Amino acid sequence: MAKYIEMIRVRFLMMLAYRTNYYSGILIYSINIGAYYFLWTAIYGDKGSIEGMSVGQMTTYVAISWMARAFYFNNIDREIAQEIKEGKVAVEFIRPYHYLLMKMMQGLGEGIFRLSFFSVPGMLIVALIFPITFSVDVTTWLSFALAIIFSFIINTQINLLTGVLTFFFFNNAGLIQAKRVVIDLFSGLLIPISFFPMWAQDAMGFFPFQAISYIPSMIFTESFTGNEVMESLIFQGVWALLLIIPIQVLWVIAKKQLTVQGG
Amino acid sequence: MKYTSIFFQYVAQYMKTRLTYRVDMVIEILSDLLFQAVNLIFILIVFGHTQLLGGWSRDEIIFIYGFFLVPFAIFGAFFNIWDFNERYIVKGEMDRILTRPIHSLFQIILERMELESLFGVFTGIGVMLYSASQLGLSFSWYDPFVFVVLVLGGVFVYAGIFVLLASISFWSDSPTSIMPMMYNIGNYGRYPVDIYNNVIRFVLTWILPFAFVGVYPSAYFLGREDWYGYAFLTPVMGLLFFGISVLVWNVGVTKYRGAGN
Repeated sequence: MAKYIEMIRVRFLMMLAYRTNYYSGILIYSINIGAYYFLWTAIYGDKGSIEGMSVGQMTTYVAISWMARAFYFNNIDREIAQEIKEGKVAVEFIRPYHYLLMKMMQGLGEGIFRLSFFSVPGMLIVALIFPITFSVDVTTWLSFALAIIFSFIINTQINLLTGVLTFFFFNNAGLIQAKRVVIDLFSGLLIPISFFPMWAQDAMGFFPFQAISYIPSMIFTESFTGNEVMESLIFQGVWALLLIIPIQVLWVIAKKQLTVQGG
Repeated sequence: MKYTSIFFQYVAQYMKTRLTYRVDMVIEILSDLLFQAVNLIFILIVFGHTQLLGGWSRDEIIFIYGFFLVPFAIFGAFFNIWDFNERYIVKGEMDRILTRPIHSLFQIILERMELESLFGVFTGIGVMLYSASQLGLSFSWYDPFVFVVLVLGGVFVYAGIFVLLASISFWSDSPTSIMPMMYNIGNYGRYPVDIYNNVIRFVLTWILPFAFVGVYPSAYFLGREDWYGYAFLTPVMGLLFFGISVLVWNVGVTKYRGAGN
């Protein structure tokens, strides 16, 4: 266990060394939030609420979605693809840790860095500019904290999946790019899932994507209450467990393939 | 003449390398298409809940988006220089560029070409034609020519801004993430700028004139006569910004000292 915690620490320190990049990151996110803020105010016009969300809740939704993204987002799919292409992954097999778990811990180190140096200060800046409401309810904050931990796990699992697929495809850059675009839309980052037409919402219930962005943001804006919060946390938990299966299967097959190539 | 022939030689070379990895190219085009579809789905879902966006209808917004795709695709194909700093300054590739007897910027554009982006031109025109038929727009014989001029204006606006940003690297070689930020700001130009507040509108018109890549030129085809002035300014802004950026680039090159050794 200690070695995995060490992974988190090392990655955190690595990010700290390159932190100048992240100051501009705060600006990028503020600009994005700004763009969607104006867009949504125009969309709302003089309507009080759409799909049960007020314009104030929507502003908060947009802001918290982007800030949470800083925590759960990582590039480990690209890193894995790179390491596979360069053949470095072969060395990783003989090291005394589980490669994928190690990657996940590196992602976590990155996430913790972004959360503390990026999301929290960014949220403060954004809250000064745009009318954002924070809940005073402790349970809301606790459920939100739990929800973004699940967001991280599920998003990272999907990244692991796309990363490992590099073993089977020649070049994976297109797939990784496509996955990113799909997740932005179907996770509810760009638009809350409740705004989608009914049939699309039903279809989305069979996929893990809304667990990444929609659920934590709805909890934070208190658009989900009581039972809905419980149900959505269970939805996240179930997906976090289910996704282990395809990852593990692909990983075992990939390992075998690699032996053949190495032979 | 020399530049034209060099250009076509590079294009031919590019096609050869690309066609070797056909699957890659297809996947890249598909992921571009997916990206365009996601933006379109966004617009469609939003208009499931509202009739007008700051006085603009759904099909008008779709038309603006379709127009935006065309200059954006051409820009993406030839001015893919977002990693200029890392690639050419930090790694010292610029040294190699400067030893060649053609203009350094032209050389870099040729090297970083991504012709598969051009597929976006067809998507954009398709989207525009669809919404034009929904809106019942009629076009004159000269409109295709106006279209080409306005598209080129948009390309030059985009290119000008990004070349200016790349030029910063000549003075400061620390890596910056300004480039991705600009891509995000560029997205503002896809929606009618009158929905933003005045400061943002001013910035998008005169300082980072992304509005000239989407909404202003589209206003001409949509018959929004109050915006015609801005629409016709598009090529002027394009030439002005691109001209300035090339001047700054040329000055920047003289400041370049090479990396490390």
